[in-house]
Amino acid sequence: MGWVSTHAHFLGNSGLLSSNDCASNLNLKTLLPPRLRSSRVRSGEARKVVAFHGLRRPPYKLDALEPYMSQKMVEMHWGEYQRAYVEGLNKQLEKNNILYGCTMDELVTVTYNNGNPLPEFNNAAQVWNHDFFWESMQPGGGDIPKQGLLQQIEKDFGSFLDFREQFIEAALSLFGSGWVWLVLKRQKKKLEVVKTSNAITPLVWDDIPILALDVWEHAYYPDYKNDRSSYVNAFLDHLVSWNVATGRMIRAEAFVNLGEPTIPVA
Amino acid sequence: MALRTVFSRRTLASLRSGLSSSVTPTGTRSLVTFSLPDLPYDYGALEPAISGEIMQLHHQKHHQTYVTNYNKALEQLEEASNKGDAPAVVKLQSAIKFNGGGHINHSIFWQNLAPVHEGGGEPPKGSLGWAIDEHFGSLEALVSKMNAEGAALQGSGWVWLGLDKELKKLVVDTTPNQDPLVTKGPLIPLIGIDVWEHAYYLQYKNVRPDYLKNIWKVISWKNASKVYEKECP
Repeated sequence: MGWVSTHAHFLGNSGLLSSNDCASNLNLKTLLPPRLRSSRVRSGEARKVVAFHGLRRPPYKLDALEPYMSQKMVEMHWGEYQRAYVEGLNKQLEKNNILYGCTMDELVTVTYNNGNPLPEFNNAAQVWNHDFFWESMQPGGGDIPKQGLLQQIEKDFGSFLDFREQFIEAALSLFGSGWVWLVLKRQKKKLEVVKTSNAITPLVWDDIPILALDVWEHAYYPDYKNDRSSYVNAFLDHLVSWNVATGRMIRAEAFVNLGEPTIPVA
Repeated sequence: MALRTVFSRRTLASLRSGLSSSVTPTGTRSLVTFSLPDLPYDYGALEPAISGEIMQLHHQKHHQTYVTNYNKALEQLEEASNKGDAPAVVKLQSAIKFNGGGHINHSIFWQNLAPVHEGGGEPPKGSLGWAIDEHFGSLEALVSKMNAEGAALQGSGWVWLGLDKELKKLVVDTTPNQDPLVTKGPLIPLIGIDVWEHAYYLQYKNVRPDYLKNIWKVISWKNASKVYEKECP
């Protein structure tokens, strides 16, 4: 533990963060004795922060999802609504140096704080969720997945239509604000449809999201008013990007063993 | 049909209790069904604080959906409890809470709004006015407290000014989704403000604080005083 005391000594004196690396800062937070932690914050020698999180553009023009999502609605949703979350998050990060330097994924899991979310969680998770959402769609989307992903869906849901029904049912039975996910459950090693409230994301349970649908009212109200059913159907029929889902699935298979490999008989 | 001037005494009486109901006999036991209460003013009467478009959608679509689904859930509940199907009964509870709560809350909401020319926005007088000054310092303090709590509410819900029946004091509280104020204790709702996005998005976009600032211009303190004086004569 000599390493820790050296660091603690250094921080106690200079009042500066020793590194930009979120992970090591977090370790220090738990290892530092309270006195030294507070003296660092109070020292006033805060370093000048140079970079925060930005508003990531969707991978298509803002009018590309017409007529299923009007350009006006996408501009409002991404340009104003999501931007407010990004700016809110950056403002919070200004005050809390511990979290500065974290990636979005780290921010979400750390600020979730095992079910007792910190104030930064709402902003961080909503930024993450919305980025994931825009990337889950493409112009000319819809249709059905192919090959491996389709096989996995058929294995875990029975058929693609069963999955579709479950997805729609989840979206329509979600009370209030939230998200509907196609997620790969790490422990169960299978795909499931999951609905979450407000800003919660399957990341916090260490599961791997494959697709997301925003069912907060702001996501569909301007175009669909209260007709959530038409919105969900439009998403599944015309917007969902199975290409992206397949890519995410391929990456997920590097972390989750989905089944026994077929070993050819010699 | 935007004109809503006809207002039967029966609907008035049942609205005071927050519900509009009619008994329809079905078989041996009669199931009480609920219906959408009429608004005591035109859809456009609350402009510019709340647009007519929002009022119409809010009333005709959202509230109507809650009423319809509440009735459906109650029907299913009766069926399930007659059959003794305990899992089905328990499963229906969230639908009843959500849709029933939605009906209760919105019925209160329409009552505690009023056009400017019918007293909307006029500050409370009499015992409620004094109680507010006593508990919060001033009306402005109460309004900023409710606005702050309403703006901070994550997702969907309501912000309330309530009267604690037992302690006889005013409280400001919030409820998530469509939970009615009674779920938070022995509280009687005096003023409820809907902060679901559907209540303001078309007009105020994502700037909920602007909606909260403006809605006070059409809040009916007259109605709140009536409810308050009934409990604390």
